[in-house]
Amino acid sequence: MEHESVPLYWRNIPSYYRLAARRCRKCGEVYYPPVVKCPRCGSSELEDFQLPHEGELVEFTVLRSVPTDYMKQKPLVIGLVKLGPVKVLGQIVDAAPEKLKAGQRMEVVFRRVVVDGKYGLVMYGYKFRPRP
Amino acid sequence: MKAGIVSWGAYIPKYRIRTEDIAATWGDDPARIVDIYLVYEKSVEGYDEDAVTIATEAARRALRRGAVDPKRIGAVYSGTESKPYAVKPISSILIDALGLANNVFAVDMEFACKAASDGIVAIAGLVESGRVEYGLAVGTDTSQGEPGEHLDYSASSGGVAYVIGRDGVAAEFETIYTYNSDTPDFWRREGSPYPMHGEGFTGEPAYFRHVVGAAKGLMERHGYKVSDFAYAVFHQPNGRFPMRAASMLGFPPDKVKPGIVVTHIGNTYNASALMGLARVLEQAKPGDKILLVTFGSGAGSNAFVLNVTDAVLERQKADVPKVDEMIADKIYIDYAMYLKNRKMVKLFE
Repeated sequence: MEHESVPLYWRNIPSYYRLAARRCRKCGEVYYPPVVKCPRCGSSELEDFQLPHEGELVEFTVLRSVPTDYMKQKPLVIGLVKLGPVKVLGQIVDAAPEKLKAGQRMEVVFRRVVVDGKYGLVMYGYKFRPRP
Repeated sequence: MKAGIVSWGAYIPKYRIRTEDIAATWGDDPARIVDIYLVYEKSVEGYDEDAVTIATEAARRALRRGAVDPKRIGAVYSGTESKPYAVKPISSILIDALGLANNVFAVDMEFACKAASDGIVAIAGLVESGRVEYGLAVGTDTSQGEPGEHLDYSASSGGVAYVIGRDGVAAEFETIYTYNSDTPDFWRREGSPYPMHGEGFTGEPAYFRHVVGAAKGLMERHGYKVSDFAYAVFHQPNGRFPMRAASMLGFPPDKVKPGIVVTHIGNTYNASALMGLARVLEQAKPGDKILLVTFGSGAGSNAFVLNVTDAVLERQKADVPKVDEMIADKIYIDYAMYLKNRKMVKLFE
């Protein structure tokens, strides 16, 4: 699998590491992943907006056919988690799928997302797990 | 006011392997192994965890417990012996993972299991000199042990972070003392996947000489008595060593047991004694005095006297997982999953 380039990963670090979103100064809409222009009102005036690190599981699915980078992590659990004003898609870890249910509290955790072979970059980012 | 611990945060990965399951794989008698090490089970990182992710979780909790603004952190020092990169710091990743300012002193420190406590010493100096307002000292490890050898029964994963400052101190550093020497008890050379032990050097010439030497040196220089302390916390490579060190110094078991975590999570290396300290801070009362003695192979110990203040009560109420809660929150795995999570299965990459 072709990895995200190092410069692109570097540019995305605030959103990958800390869930840094953007909020439109004009209409108040919040976007994650961040955008440079508000799709709702067209304004280019956006400000940083920090998403909370806890939220609610909206829905999830279990993938058993997965991309090459995740072959050793099967089954891959992907969930939609409501974090404040937005829903964020991400991997769910540290939980058996049969124990997950919509509506449960989730916390954001910091994990390895992609490891570029034996010598390349270790790319970190957010994932979710049930709040103890 | 002197520098002290403003806040703390710990992180223990959820996965555990029982000593009996390791022993069954390698043909050892589990009862004998438990009797030797007093380690019943140990923590194991998830497949997508490493010393960076563990450090980040512990540090986030430390900032949250004390409601410390990340932009007021002026130094971040990480102590580890399991860096994911040979060259690329954990501490610089922490800057962006935690949202710290860029005007922050950042470095990874290495002195086997003692480095994180050297980070505390260095940051206390920066704070007391007025160069930084707060600093973050982190101990994090996914420690290595050759499968089937002694360390396989104890080397585990975990992390602790301490915010050091002068404002809002929950445990003040009353005094610090150190004891170091060139002792070939344990080492890992560049490129070697597992550390090696010097024959017969682990106990007396290494751990006990330095731990007891640092504690005795501190107590003699400053006139402390055992009765001055409510708690004593020692580096804990296994369950027996800290109890024996305590006995050599004259500490009764009831002052030492609250700081023992190795029996249920193994040796988290740079987070070992500091995890024990976190557990003690979660139950200490204002006015309590704590003796903390760390140890790193190679070899050396740092001894600290901490005075617990009224602020500890506020920190104890914070909505941050306690060490005991994390010890109880676990998923047992078998030896095959253990090897996978620890990346000890050879794969095409």
